[in-house]
This record gives sequence, C-alpha cells and structure tokens, in this order.
Amino acid sequence: MSDYNFAYLDEQTKRMIRRAILKALAIPGYQVPFASREMPMPYGWGTGGVQVSAACLTPGDTFKVIDQGADDTTNAVSIRKFFEKTAGVATTEETARASIIQTRHRIPEEPLTEDQILVYQVPIPEPLRFLEPSEVETRKMHSLEEYGLMHVKLYEDISQHGAIATAYAYPVKVEGRYVMDPSPIPKFDNPKLRMAAIQLFGAGREQRIYALPPYCEVVSLDFEDHPFEATRADHDCDLCGASDSYLDEVIMDDAGGRMFVCSDTDYCRSRRAAGHVGAQGAPYEEGRP
Amino acid sequence: MEALALQGGFSDASVEAALAFRAVMRAMARPGTVEHVAGAVPPAPLSAAAGVVMLTLCDPGTPVHLAGEADCAAVRDWITFHTGAPLVGRERAAFAVGTWPDLLPLEGYPMGLAEYPDRSATLIVELNVLEARGARLTGPGIAREVALSLPETVAFQANAARYPLGLDFVLTCGDRLAALPRTTRVEAN
Amino acid sequence: MYVAVKGGERAIDNAHAWLAEERRGDPAVTELSVAQIREQLSIAVNRVMAEGSLYDPDLAALAIKQARGDLIEAIFLIRAYRTTLPRFGASLPVDTGAMRCDRRISATFKDAPGGQVLGPTFDYTHRLLDFKLAAEGETPHAPTATPTPGPTPHIMGYLDCEGLIQQEPESDSTPPDLTREPMELPADRALRLQALTRGDEGFILSLAYSTQRGYARNHAFVGELRIGAVAVEMGIPELGFAIEIGEVVLTECETVNQFKGSKTEPPQFTRGYGLVFGQTERKAIAMALVDRALRWKELGEEDQGAPAQDEEFVLMHADNIQATGFLEHIKLPHYVDFQSELELVRKLRREAEGFATQEAAE
Repeated sequence: MSDYNFAYLDEQTKRMIRRAILKALAIPGYQVPFASREMPMPYGWGTGGVQVSAACLTPGDTFKVIDQGADDTTNAVSIRKFFEKTAGVATTEETARASIIQTRHRIPEEPLTEDQILVYQVPIPEPLRFLEPSEVETRKMHSLEEYGLMHVKLYEDISQHGAIATAYAYPVKVEGRYVMDPSPIPKFDNPKLRMAAIQLFGAGREQRIYALPPYCEVVSLDFEDHPFEATRADHDCDLCGASDSYLDEVIMDDAGGRMFVCSDTDYCRSRRAAGHVGAQGAPYEEGRP
Repeated sequence: MEALALQGGFSDASVEAALAFRAVMRAMARPGTVEHVAGAVPPAPLSAAAGVVMLTLCDPGTPVHLAGEADCAAVRDWITFHTGAPLVGRERAAFAVGTWPDLLPLEGYPMGLAEYPDRSATLIVELNVLEARGARLTGPGIAREVALSLPETVAFQANAARYPLGLDFVLTCGDRLAALPRTTRVEAN
Repeated sequence: MYVAVKGGERAIDNAHAWLAEERRGDPAVTELSVAQIREQLSIAVNRVMAEGSLYDPDLAALAIKQARGDLIEAIFLIRAYRTTLPRFGASLPVDTGAMRCDRRISATFKDAPGGQVLGPTFDYTHRLLDFKLAAEGETPHAPTATPTPGPTPHIMGYLDCEGLIQQEPESDSTPPDLTREPMELPADRALRLQALTRGDEGFILSLAYSTQRGYARNHAFVGELRIGAVAVEMGIPELGFAIEIGEVVLTECETVNQFKGSKTEPPQFTRGYGLVFGQTERKAIAMALVDRALRWKELGEEDQGAPAQDEEFVLMHADNIQATGFLEHIKLPHYVDFQSELELVRKLRREAEGFATQEAAE
C-alpha cells in the first residue's frame, strides 16, 4: 500500500473533505454535500466514515474502530486494518486511549473527552428520507424548517401503538434548527449525543458530511405527553454486571435460554478487569476474551 | 514570479496539512480556543497562521479574495504557486484574507443559500492581538462561556443573526489561530 | 459459560485465502491470462471499462480475472483504482464524425453515404450453441475489404440540413463531473449523460424497455449506431495547440424521436443520445432512450409519472457500485438496532396485553 498517499486519499480529496467538515461544524446538524470518492471498500460499509477519518488522521493518532459496539466484528477489523496499512497509525481497543474512534451504530459507554473525535458511519443521512423519498423535496423542507411531516409520523406512531415506534436512528433537533439523523444508533445512545468530543458523521454513498461540535444542544424529538425515553433491555450484563450499559441479547440454546451482555466490548472488558463479575461471568483473566 | 514565491510551502504536505487541519478543526469546533500551527512561511503581510490555513484548505476549487494590503504581488504569486486557487473579488470568494478593516464590509461575501448554507465564505482575519480576553462567547462548542479578543462585536452579532446563513471566521495572529463560526453568540464584555 | 466470538481478523484472512483458491479453480486446468481475457472476453472488458469509467482494456481484464468474472465486482475494482489517479487535465471533446467505423447502421434510411456496415455483430447469428468452440485451436479468418476513405458523415446531419431535427444548443462550458462534485439536482443534460454512460447496463436497459412498453413512450428510431475508434486530443496551453494522446473505441447511438410540435414550433424530430466506451451497443441504445425520456421537461412534454422520466429516481439508482454496496451491507451485523426493535416490540406487546387484560377485567 506504500504506493498510496498517507491515509489513502490524495491531498486534494482530503482538502475537499476537510472544508466540508469545517462547514459542517459551523452549521451543526446540516448535511454538507461532498464529492465522496470511490473507496476500496463497498458503499454502505463505512466509506463515509472512512473518508472522514482519513481526512482527520495524523501520524500521532491512536485509532479505534467499533461496529455494534465491538472492536472485533469483521467490518471493524477490516477498517482498522486498512488504516494500519495506509496511515501507519497506532490502533487500540481501549476507548480511553483512542484519539479518533470510528463507529457504526453505537456510542461508547465511557464518556468521551475533549481530546477525542467520534466518527460515525452513516447509511442514510436524511432523517426525512423515509417520509419523503425525493432529495429535492427534503432539501427544501430543511431550508424552510418545515418538519411537520416528522411530527405527524411520530404522532401517528403514538395513536397506533401508544408510543413512538422508532427504536434506532431516532431523529434529533440540533441547536433548535436542523432535524438530524444520529445514524442508526439505538435510541439508548441519544442522550449521549451532547458530549465533550467532536462528532463527525460521514455518508459516503449519499455524499453528505455533518457534525456536532462539543456541548452542542441535541434534543430527541418527542411530545410533552410522550416524552423521549432511552430504553435498554431490563437486565444487568451477565458478564460484568453493568446495569447502565446497552445490552446485546445472545441466544444460548434451543430451549429459549439467553443471556444479556454489554454491546460495548471494551466497556465490559474493563469492568471485568476491575473485578466486576456478572451472573454468568467468570473472573477476568488477562488475554482471555 | 519571484523565487520567494516558490518557498515557504509545506515540506511534508500530507502530514503538515493533517496536523494543521486538526488545529483548525479544533478551533472551529471550540470557538475561542487558541491553537498553534506551523509549516508555512508566507510572504508579508500574511501571518504564518494565515499561510498555514490557506495551504491546508485552498486549491483550484476555492476562489480566494485578497483584501487590502494582502493583495500584493508577493502574496498573489505565493498563493497561486502553492495552492492554484483563483484570485477573485469578494463576491465570489470561498476564502478571503486580510486585516479586519480591509475585509469589511461583510455584506459583499457569499453568505450561503437557504438550501445550501455551506456555500458561504470563510474569512481569515489577520489580527495584532489574539488572546483569551475580551468579548464573551457562548454557543455550540463552548461548555459554558469563553472570552476572546475580537476586533468588534456588532458585525459578528449581525452575522450570527442570519443563521443558518452567514460567514465563518478564522482569526490569525503570528503562528496562532482561533475560529468563530456563525453559530457563536458574541457579547461585548 | 458464554465466550464472546473473537478472532475476526483470522477468519477474514482465511476467507480471503479460500477465495484465492476458488478463483484459480482446478490447478490441473491452465490458468487464464489477462491477455486472453482482454482478447477473448472483450465485450465483458468493454462493459467494465464503460461502467468503471476508465478506458484501459488490460486493467479491465485484470479486474475481471480478480473478480472471478463478476463484472460488477470488476467494475468496483476499476472504480476504486480510478479514484486514486491524479488528474492531469481534460481532453478536447472527441469527434465521432471522424470515427474509423467498424460498424455503422441506420434504421431510418435504407442507405446513406458511408453505407450500412454491419461489422462484428451478434445480429443475425442464429443463437445455436457452437460446439466447435468447445474444441481448441480454432483461428477463424474473416474476409477483408478496403475501408472507405474519409470520414463517415452522421446520419443526423441529413435531417439537420432540412431543419427536421431539433437543434441542440452549442456550449463551450466545462460539463459537470459527478466523480468530482456531489450530484446536484435538477441535473443538466451533460450530467445526466455522464450518469447514464457509467450506469448499470441492466438498469438502463430495463428503463429503456419500460419506455418502449408505454411508460413514457417516445417512439425512438435508431437514426444511427456507430462503433469505432476515435482520436483523443488534449490541448497543451504551453504549446498553443492540441496533440493526440491516444485512441478509444466508442459506441455512439443517436435516436430520432417523434415530436408533435407546439403552438410556437413546427413539428420536428427530437434526439436521444448514447455514447459509451467500447463495443457496447445494447447500453448505448438504452442510454439514448432513457436520455430522451428524461428530456420531457425541456421539450415541454407531459410528466406521465413514468420511472424513466423521473430524473432523481434514475440518477440516484443507476450506479451499480452504490447499489450493490448498499444492498449487500445488510449482511453486516445489525444486532444493536435489532435489539432496540426487539425491546420496543416487547414493550408495545406488554402494553397491548396489559390493556386487553384490563379491558377484560372491566
């Protein structure tokens, strides 16, 4: 891979992405169009996040990649390897040690700091897309701050189900202006969107970048009589005993046996390393999963 | 073209530009924070920081406006040679550089369109003083409030009032810079 | 005792090693060379060049070999390579009027200057499996003729002389480039044509077919279809003139379409246009039909709500690399989102059951 430039992208492409990132930070929640490049991995597999990460990385960075909260999911492994090869950066699985974290579908449990950057992979950046398929129309709606359609949709949920039937990619309003798709994170993660770190969102196939500066006001859309509720499985982690983390449900046998474990694998590991043991967990041993 | 124009660029472009971008990004994400940058030695009257910002962000796709004293042969040649950016009037500028009085009035620059508010100019404002005192800043990127030595407050307030349209500013002084996006609320202190 | 699944990295390496083995197939069978693919699977090579937007038969052949004959995968390899290439400049527009035609046919005139040249076509072959090809060592020879000297004029030129075909506005402005700028809608015709020429052949074909069956029918005749080599020239500012930098084979299709005329304009034919790398005539004809369908607005026609008339629908879904990536990404784990849905459905069901029990009790 030494034939390629640092972090794969050529300098002109990086400049174009960097300019888009700066405008995205200046207009929080607004989707900046950018000339997404064809990457050596498929669209829909993190090309937006990869381009944003490539434009941000410096040789001194420590890079972490998670998919579904886990460092060892195959696509996370593949993206981490890509940057090890093309940028020669150090990588880590420890949230606290990472300076840039690229994520798909989760926000780490451990609060991020001012020195960190969280890069999201985004499939469909337009929060209004499934209500209005036309980009021409949704762009108009954002410009006019016309979000009635979204409220109608959420309200229809309530009248049909008694609750808002959106469990992930739950729409938010940023700084009282733009409605934004936080990417398909579970709504459990929505309250974490107001954080100390810089958050960058990259949608490669859809050619959009958007951002949340630190401490930006991010409000999950709701109604006074149906306030937003961040939900998780009503269990503790069976490995580390955490009662505050988002849980994956794992099917154990044919008889309906199941256990609940932290989706954030580093969070779970560090808790177990600190001596926490869940209902079905064994004491932590260095080097064992 | 003077030989001078050929000098003062990045010596290791991909790494120096990456470091500089991170500084500019931190500044834009945290209005009021002062960052140090390095790698460019532009001709006078440009500051090193203004030079770094231009090397990092400008290219043939970004028309640049040189305001007042910045519009001199040495700077024109340097920017043309190192970035290839076309030099234009303020009404077409993606970037503009100059002192605050030279950049004024702000009305002439692209402010963005209702459907594309990102199509607005970024102004690189050359200052003699850049320190964490003076105007009170609040808004996105700022935990509570910060102070920053701004040349004035009224023009920035008028700019913020146009949100989501508006200009974004990078304030430069020597090898230091800070940024003021259109979202920042500015009050005189 | 549950142990989380680990070892993603080793699994990936092993999968790729297996893939390489499968690519080679039975080692007792001679390995395909890139040159063999380039020479003997040239229609596949052409498609990969066209949709990969890179004219390089050797690289396209290599991509086909690497992709085990999966042409969309091969196109993807070419696109990913193309995007890393520095751009030195833009060529001048090619002059298809000066094309050295291997094939040139018109469906609108029985004969015309330059003649009807069938060229190397599948047309009129009887689609019978040729079992002789299964045997090796065949080197067929086709009879040759002296090419007609001078350029072959465009058929459209004859209609143009009479003012029977709509004039296209000439422009020297630089056309947009969707590989360098984000797609912006509404798109002008140049951008639409770029999207169509690199769009998926199957998608463009089906859209074109839909117009023929009545979804925005526009009565297309193939005014001319030509395939051949054209020179590519680049202006060199330092020299003050253009130099030839190479040659590409193109397929060009111009359709003549009916137009009823309007209060202000007398009846006139209109055009659809297709231009594609290589010998790719199915794609070029389909492209011309879809181009014509997308022009309804500028020609003052009615929006019939047909898919081929919907610019945003066509342009946003024509790219097979975008489509296949997004389609196949649903193979990736989504269990975090699914878990959130699971909790929500359980909660809604509990509430519904609670409500029903409460109602029954009352």
